[in-house]
Amino acid sequence: MDRREFLKMAGVSLVFVSGLPRLAGAAEKLGGKAGPGSHDFYFVQLSDPHWGFNNPKINPDPTGTLPKAIELVNNLSIKPDFVVFTGDLTQTTDDDKERRKRMEEVKKTIVGQLKNKNIKYLPGEHDAALDNGKAFHEIFGKSTYTFTHKGVHFIALDNVSDPGGALGDAQLQWLSQQLKKLKKDDRIVVLTHRPLFDLMPEWDWATRDGAKAIDLLMPYTNVIVFYGHIHQENHHNTDHIAHHSAHGLMWNLPAPGSVPKKVMIPWDEAAPYKGLGFRSVEAQYAKPDYVITEYPINKTSG
Amino acid sequence: MRCGQGWFFLQSAVFAVLTLSLFSLPGLAAPEQVIQIKAKRFEYMPNEITLKKGVPVVLELTSLDRLHGFNCPAFKIRGDVRPNQVTKISFTPDKVGTFEFHCDNFCGSGHEGMTGKFIVTE
Repeated sequence: MDRREFLKMAGVSLVFVSGLPRLAGAAEKLGGKAGPGSHDFYFVQLSDPHWGFNNPKINPDPTGTLPKAIELVNNLSIKPDFVVFTGDLTQTTDDDKERRKRMEEVKKTIVGQLKNKNIKYLPGEHDAALDNGKAFHEIFGKSTYTFTHKGVHFIALDNVSDPGGALGDAQLQWLSQQLKKLKKDDRIVVLTHRPLFDLMPEWDWATRDGAKAIDLLMPYTNVIVFYGHIHQENHHNTDHIAHHSAHGLMWNLPAPGSVPKKVMIPWDEAAPYKGLGFRSVEAQYAKPDYVITEYPINKTSG
Repeated sequence: MRCGQGWFFLQSAVFAVLTLSLFSLPGLAAPEQVIQIKAKRFEYMPNEITLKKGVPVVLELTSLDRLHGFNCPAFKIRGDVRPNQVTKISFTPDKVGTFEFHCDNFCGSGHEGMTGKFIVTE
């Protein structure tokens, strides 16, 4: 049984998206097989676990939610090639010592419990904005980097170490240099924390100079962006570039502009863990399609 | 005498025309409103500011503790707010309603709640 057949049997809904400006295809037309030895592959995106957060009205299981997600990842029938954390690994704190303690703890939890050891980390503003990424770099490594996996070029962008939520001229120049190495139709996946486009600037859901990054990416025909920050799914296109935000792993936030003020949504006793989850992203080898599958966490997960 | 009277009326007329012209120029029709705003974790003081549509405003912002930001997307205005420094932001509200402003330099655990609002009336 391949991964897609398994997902169908498990009743998980699949979303087909493309880096190219066309409508999503049908499941039957794809039929790629992810896994070892295959050119198709998939990775898992987890986001915003906010380790160190403590407010039982918002999440009464602050140290149990991430392990539940990790357990679900471990139980996937076909193992992902790698796992990405798109920021806010920890809840912010003014205390440098406490910040490092939270980072060490969450890293120990992830590395200790996740079977897949190929893990990519990105910071969120809670991790990096108060010390310009110093502790993050010490504990998790670089916050801006590239890697290529089975022909797909991944670019991690840091739009949080500057407390103003900007990439900055130096990083934009670096991005430009990286892109010059690629062909215009190469497959590019951008990983970042904040939305690169102005999703909701009133709620600080934007990157101050994100438009410059999008301008640099625009000539490339096959670009897709995965990010976190807003603790919910959101799917948006800037021209042919698709941007997909992920669910969080600690609390929910309202849909953009749906309420006058952005506030955390209280825990729902009737539906524990509702809105929390992670996703898998399957890259098709034959054509530039991606299959996004959302996995909710529920009371019995893990 | 007639010549002197004529010169006086001419001077008065020129003065009146110039005065009327000056006050009919945009930006000089109404006096500028200066509003001082202090920022500290995680609030603005004041955080509710009533403005008149069409009346120019100068915000004078300063921080009492650390770097903050001031951003009001509705009027496309923003600035960094630092301690021991006054940041001036000038604008003229051109629409009526309630418009939120927020800190856009991450400043800690209450950053997301550091907001205020302009109430613009006719």
